[in-house]
Amino acid sequence: MGLFRYLKEKFSKNRSEEKKEETKLYQQGMAKSRSAFAGKLKELNKRYQKVDSAYFEELEEILIEADVGVDLTLRLVEELLEKSEKENIHDPNVLEEELVDLMFVGYVEKGEGVINEIHYAKDSPTVLLMEGVNGVGKTTTIAKLAYRALKQGKKVLLVAADTFRAGAKEQLSIWAERLGVEIVLGKDGADPASLCFEGAKKALAEHVDLLIVDTAGRLQNKANLMAELGKMKKVLGREIPGAPHETFLVIDATTGQNGVSQARAFKEVSDVTGIVITKMDGTSKGGIILSIRDELGVPVRFIGLGEKMEDLKEFDLDEYLHALLMEA
Amino acid sequence: MAFESLSEKFQLLFKKMRRETTLNEKNMADALREIRVALLEADVNYKVVKNFVEEVKKKALGQEVYLKVNPGEMLIKICHDELVELLGSEETEIHYKKAGLTTIMLVGLQGSGKTTTAGKLAKRMKEKLHKKVLLAGLDVYRPAALDQLGAIAKKIDVDFFEMGTNVNPLLIAQKAKEKAENEKYDVLILDTAGRLQIDELLMKELQNIIDEVHPEESLLLVDAMAGQDAVNVAKAFHEQVPLSGVIMSKLDGDAKGGSALSIKYISGLPIKFVGTGEKLDALEEFYPDRMADRILGMGDVVSLVEKAKEVIDEKEAEREGRKLLQGDFTLEDMVHQMKMVQRLGSLGSIMKMIPGMPSLTEEQKSSAEKEMKVFENIINSMTPYERKHPECLKNSRKMRIAKGSGMTNADVNRVLKKYERTRDMMKQMKSMKGGGLPPGFGGFRR
Repeated sequence: MGLFRYLKEKFSKNRSEEKKEETKLYQQGMAKSRSAFAGKLKELNKRYQKVDSAYFEELEEILIEADVGVDLTLRLVEELLEKSEKENIHDPNVLEEELVDLMFVGYVEKGEGVINEIHYAKDSPTVLLMEGVNGVGKTTTIAKLAYRALKQGKKVLLVAADTFRAGAKEQLSIWAERLGVEIVLGKDGADPASLCFEGAKKALAEHVDLLIVDTAGRLQNKANLMAELGKMKKVLGREIPGAPHETFLVIDATTGQNGVSQARAFKEVSDVTGIVITKMDGTSKGGIILSIRDELGVPVRFIGLGEKMEDLKEFDLDEYLHALLMEA
Repeated sequence: MAFESLSEKFQLLFKKMRRETTLNEKNMADALREIRVALLEADVNYKVVKNFVEEVKKKALGQEVYLKVNPGEMLIKICHDELVELLGSEETEIHYKKAGLTTIMLVGLQGSGKTTTAGKLAKRMKEKLHKKVLLAGLDVYRPAALDQLGAIAKKIDVDFFEMGTNVNPLLIAQKAKEKAENEKYDVLILDTAGRLQIDELLMKELQNIIDEVHPEESLLLVDAMAGQDAVNVAKAFHEQVPLSGVIMSKLDGDAKGGSALSIKYISGLPIKFVGTGEKLDALEEFYPDRMADRILGMGDVVSLVEKAKEVIDEKEAEREGRKLLQGDFTLEDMVHQMKMVQRLGSLGSIMKMIPGMPSLTEEQKSSAEKEMKVFENIINSMTPYERKHPECLKNSRKMRIAKGSGMTNADVNRVLKKYERTRDMMKQMKSMKGGGLPPGFGGFRR
């Protein structure tokens, strides 16, 4: 437990009043995910005074149904089983805590404990490139991230570089107007890279703090569309040193095992610095983020817990696992 | 590719059981475990996988193993066939009303592809079936959702109906239907806003729309990338808003789309179409065998077993051929023969299939399937007398058959030409008194 406590301290934030408020929201947002999941686990614990092989099989079911992934699930259950035998633990409530520990430590070990908040560049506009497959909620998430930055007193500029999907630039424009931020727009079908160029120029000239680039949704197996991302990245980097400073991959919580393939392909072309998991207010559990971290080391940075602007939160592993696995 | 290694794993796994001749509990255990993992990795729901594997096991117990394959491969084949059967359905077309307006409502979670699919459906109906289509935008919540549908409608030159975003979607649905009925549209497609199945308010909104406009079809959009929860989403939608089918979107990605199986298995809802690209003509009919290949990810193993079976089938075909030489060769015989040959032909192309590149085979398969369908339709539209005496088919009869089968006169002539050629060959064969199949039988091999 020593290691776990240490990591937990390092990884989780200090609990302040503000934090408590956030915890509440977190729990509300994940209430539906949690109730299904934790309900099952609780029921499981009630039925088992002592654990046996059937207990572990049901545990396997709970994890897989949360989209945690077969490989990771089998490993977790195997480890837990070993631990239960070696340390003679047969109380399901204790094992449950052990499972959270295993998942927590497993996640943390896969990479540096990063600060989830956007990392701002010191002497230039910070560029954030947003990417993902179709329909995951990129544009809405951009609005929420912009809202967040505005509240922190930053000057924000948006680039509508999704020139492909019908209505995409209109969608982002409406958000820009509602938020009162400027937006760089092109014609339908315009070269996204040239919009990046224009956006970067404008950001420099007008001393913008955060430049957020919206990109068209693309499936990760479309080579030419993926190459286009690389080109946008290059153009941004040429205009502003170090740009894009952040590249967020947006993943929909309903995503199944394909999430790993998505993260792998996007990471390859664009050095993804973090994941934003959206639509956590539905009944899906988003367990695939654990597999993504496990296989690729990419951390989750933000989590979408609802439709309101303030419902996008910094990802907190401890909260996530607890909300996922048990009554918080 | 993960796909290949899985098949390789199978080859290794089964080497040791080469000599077994029937499937039993023991020699299936390892293979069943691998199948289970493959299904779970394809996002088939855990409970469905459990039941499905149990059913496959029951079916397989005691089955004889073909000479050239081993028990594991045999098992995959059984599993594949079972998948095809479970995924298949008779009701994949849209049910159009005989006369008057057909209303179709698209529903689903946010980002599942409703608006794009609405455009694709409209384009398909307009171009393939020459329907007069009206697209109506009911999504008043997502910013610019109406702009998106409007732009799509313009692109495919289909009429678009909207009332802005300050109107109750129920009213939009009412007005859209009024307009569609008054102006004699064939089809009205309602594009609704994305919603969570647990959002009571928005689900109530859908129910109200249904009560008001009574759509002939309510179709749920399911993302091919969806995970374990997709089946619960579909179930909840179906319980609150009676659905008539499912459309799976984004199947051009590399997701396996296993939720299609879960949903069909649990709810029985037919999968009607699949979306295969961002372009507006990328909407295809659903083929259960392709989906089974994809979910199982072991098309190559399946084809291996098919090939082993082929040996048996060829013998069967030869026997059939001999039998045919005894009597007269009718049009019915030809359809029967074509079906057999087509089966062999498509198997040949499966063999050539490279893992991860099934599109080539699919095209070939579908064109052969289409041709087969043309022949069948035409022959089905003939009277029993005509089938036995094709020489009686003169112009008026041909025209009636063409009309009845929805084909052209040229199609009918093509069928008859093909029949005559084959019949003549049969005659030749007869005079040669030899065995074997006439060469014309290979005509469907591609």
